[in-house]
Amino acid sequence: MSEPMAFGLASALTFAYLPFVKISGMPLIAYRMPPKTIIKKVCKKLNIELESRKFSSPEAGMQALDDELEKGNLVGLQSSVYWLPYFPEDMRFHFNAHNLVVYGKTEQGDYLISDPVFENPVTCAYDDLKNARFAKGALAAKGLMYVIRSAPSQCDLAPVIKPAIKKTAKMMNGLVLPYFGLKGIRHMAKQIRMLDKKPAKYARLYLAHIVRMQEEIGTGGAGFRFMYASFLEQASEKTNTPALKECAEHTTDLGDLWREFAMLAVKYCKKRSDINLDEIANKLEQVAEQEAKLSKLLLNAIA
Amino acid sequence: MKKHDVPQDNSKTYQGQNKLVYAVDESGHYEGVKSSGWEVESFATQLAVDDLNEQTNEALAQAQRGEVSPLAYHMLARRFDIPTLAGASGFFQWQIKRHLRPAVFAKLSDKKLNRYCDTLKISREALLTLPSQ
Repeated sequence: MSEPMAFGLASALTFAYLPFVKISGMPLIAYRMPPKTIIKKVCKKLNIELESRKFSSPEAGMQALDDELEKGNLVGLQSSVYWLPYFPEDMRFHFNAHNLVVYGKTEQGDYLISDPVFENPVTCAYDDLKNARFAKGALAAKGLMYVIRSAPSQCDLAPVIKPAIKKTAKMMNGLVLPYFGLKGIRHMAKQIRMLDKKPAKYARLYLAHIVRMQEEIGTGGAGFRFMYASFLEQASEKTNTPALKECAEHTTDLGDLWREFAMLAVKYCKKRSDINLDEIANKLEQVAEQEAKLSKLLLNAIA
Repeated sequence: MKKHDVPQDNSKTYQGQNKLVYAVDESGHYEGVKSSGWEVESFATQLAVDDLNEQTNEALAQAQRGEVSPLAYHMLARRFDIPTLAGASGFFQWQIKRHLRPAVFAKLSDKKLNRYCDTLKISREALLTLPSQ
């Protein structure tokens, strides 16, 4: 199964602007559901039995990891980006909800890791991995570990695709709070307009933060919109629904629009005089309109 | 995004790594394409990193002048700020703010110092001193 398919089945696409969860003093801006939720949902939909455990003692957590590896199991871990030494210096910051897979150990006792951020497998020493798994603070992992216990030999994706799409479409319309979905995007546009009254330096850092959350975190670009488009394309073939193909194309345009927004924001960071905050906020409101359209298109396509 | 539009800007922040991006090929189908970086993204990262480095250097200078305790420098050097350090260490923010005063920091108990050492993963000697420049 492909990454986009898993992403789509978990109804992972969303938008959330959480001013009360701070990442380096800035609000948490998420373009998808937390990885923990994605993993659990995919497993539930496909009848995969998944065991997840947390630990109060780091030693017990590391021992449990070793035990699973000895049995030849793959182990998923939640960890902090900062304490993983194989990360490039510039990308290390205190973000505790990074997920990776450990698939073995070297003769020297280092862990062999497949990290979604890197193309090639990486290694990590015992102490570093322990620190990364048991870092405290916001979104603390507490050593969270996943192991797949059993999986059906084959599964039919077609019947689970449409309900997953429906959920995403509804979620984009938002919950009651103004921080999620379309409302969240419009709320962020409003915040950008208000940057006027803040020091210029803060405004630049704030916009840079949004761009990092959108492009740097995760794979695929444009806040996972391209990945979702790829899912819609596959979904259209699997369920024989040509309308979903149109949705995929619309999602591609939407992703491009997010990237245009990022370009404008960075242009402002570069102190270019030909751009002002209103233009950036307008672009974002345009994005919100297109997200609203996507939600309608999706609901029509699967109706 | 079209496949040939996938940026290949060799971002310094990637340190030679590539990242997976989904893009549309000539026939309109999606596929994963490797990107060596996007200038827009790396500028944003660089801006954030530069700001942190600036804050760290400032704290170092202030600590050397004795205006703040060495903790101010070590906290920022480890990419923590007061709220994140409070979350990770279990101290309250107001406690950390107090500990940033040299006079208060100098009288901290071993137990409290060890908590900082554990959180910042540095030795006691390193925590109490500043790097010489």
